[in-house]
Amino acid sequence: MPLLEIKDITYRVKEKEIFSGLSLAIESEEVHAILGKNGIGKSTFAYLIMGCESYIPTSGVMLFEGKIINDLKIHERAQLGITLAWQEPMRLEGISVRDYLTLKKKEIDPSIYLEMVGLSPELYLTRMMDKSLSGGERKRIELASIVALEPKLAILDEPDSGIDMLSIQDIINVINVLKKNGAAVLLITHREEIGKIADKASQICNGKIICSGDPEKVAQYYKSRKCEVCIAGVCAYV
Amino acid sequence: MSELEELMKVFGEAGGDNSILVREDIAHFAASGNKILSTRATQGLEIQAEETATGIAARVRVLEGTIIKNPVHLCFGILHKKGLQEIRMDIKFETGASAHFIAHCIFPKAEKVKHIMDAVVEIGENAQMTYSEVHYHGPYGGIEVLPKAVVKVGKSGRYLADFSLITGRVGKLAIDYTVKAGENAVIELIARVFGHGDDMISIKEKVTLDGENSKGLIKTRVAIEDRAQAEVTGITEGNAMGARGHVDCMEIVKDSAVAKAIPIVNVTHPLAKVTHEAAIGSVDKRQLETLMAHGLTPEEAVDVIVKGILK
Repeated sequence: MPLLEIKDITYRVKEKEIFSGLSLAIESEEVHAILGKNGIGKSTFAYLIMGCESYIPTSGVMLFEGKIINDLKIHERAQLGITLAWQEPMRLEGISVRDYLTLKKKEIDPSIYLEMVGLSPELYLTRMMDKSLSGGERKRIELASIVALEPKLAILDEPDSGIDMLSIQDIINVINVLKKNGAAVLLITHREEIGKIADKASQICNGKIICSGDPEKVAQYYKSRKCEVCIAGVCAYV
Repeated sequence: MSELEELMKVFGEAGGDNSILVREDIAHFAASGNKILSTRATQGLEIQAEETATGIAARVRVLEGTIIKNPVHLCFGILHKKGLQEIRMDIKFETGASAHFIAHCIFPKAEKVKHIMDAVVEIGENAQMTYSEVHYHGPYGGIEVLPKAVVKVGKSGRYLADFSLITGRVGKLAIDYTVKAGENAVIELIARVFGHGDDMISIKEKVTLDGENSKGLIKTRVAIEDRAQAEVTGITEGNAMGARGHVDCMEIVKDSAVAKAIPIVNVTHPLAKVTHEAAIGSVDKRQLETLMAHGLTPEEAVDVIVKGILK
């Protein structure tokens, strides 16, 4: 049984159909990269899985460990083991980095997780999660918080955006730690070097998964830009 | 139990440190209703206080060049269900003086209590006053609190004030502060209030930047729930070259509560600049979802966000 199974999801906003019959399965401890051009709905897909407000499938079923999660709220899904690292993490006034990393698990040592993303605990634990942190710093802290949660499924929405090139290895390390801890990772990324560490990749186009399989092959297919003239039925699998 | 012991007991229960009364190196002044219960001054600090028919009149001086290391504690309160307390304060920081005053205003059983604070403050050249005012009004909401202050800050002086009422009910609160800043002076006014039930909150703070290169910040954080109401007026005037002011108001509204923010900026000098930002509404949806994705229930997430902005 897959950890997460998306079956024939349709999602419509007003008259626009964002997803039409999208299906995907992710196994436990699998790192699954999602590719697709800007505006194709990758983040929307992440919000649908997480259960964000107003992101409710028009039809289709989402199963997590065999349980239908369509009607569950975000925190109920989080309590099952799903979590999301946002592409643009929020600022939170009056909440320290230490508070943020120990929101749900008070007993953990947050230093370990900060070091994992290349931040010094001495310098950052007492900092506030407000506008005094740069976008890149907030991204790193968000990733640290995700690892600290020990999820079963971590959705990472463009974890590399806003983080400098030298830090890409930190992100790869985080993904490896998540995997080592038994988590599956749904990875939305534009960076090929990050996508390469995935076990599997899928490309979204025209509201569907149009190809799925070996990350390098999917990446090559994506780069060939055939999706620009997508004929979903022809290129269903690589 | 004496009235002082009772006041300090509540003070301790509200998170205060009772040792401030016994320590010789910490100045304090404590009054319940119109009774002076205890007072201690330290070197360079003068406190002259007298009981009036309805409260206390006090004259406080921090003498020239005096830097008071430990905070000076002012404890005011009414321990009964009903009462009136009028505090008249005349505070002067002489040239180069520096101190942190913490006012603890304690009204634990207030059902029909009125507390009036009327302060005139003068901060001399190169002097600095940090003033924290922490209120505890108990659970009944039967209190009217009217803090008023007129503050004048001299050349290169600093006045940093922080008003906090985040535990228990507010009752009716009407803050009215006016601060005038001289050349190179720095003003910071922060107010944090959490209203419940049918609490009524009115905060009016005005900073007049009359001196060249003076700086002012008015920062207000209010959370209200149930049927509480809040109106926040932040006024900053930039009247001199290089004056810089900012008004920052955030109000979080829950249930049937009603909030209003009135930022007023007035610039009369072409080289002055005053900015403002105001945000009123329910808890930010994305912040809420971020915390819920970490496993917090919606109630827990709101609590974290509200406590955060009031911290």
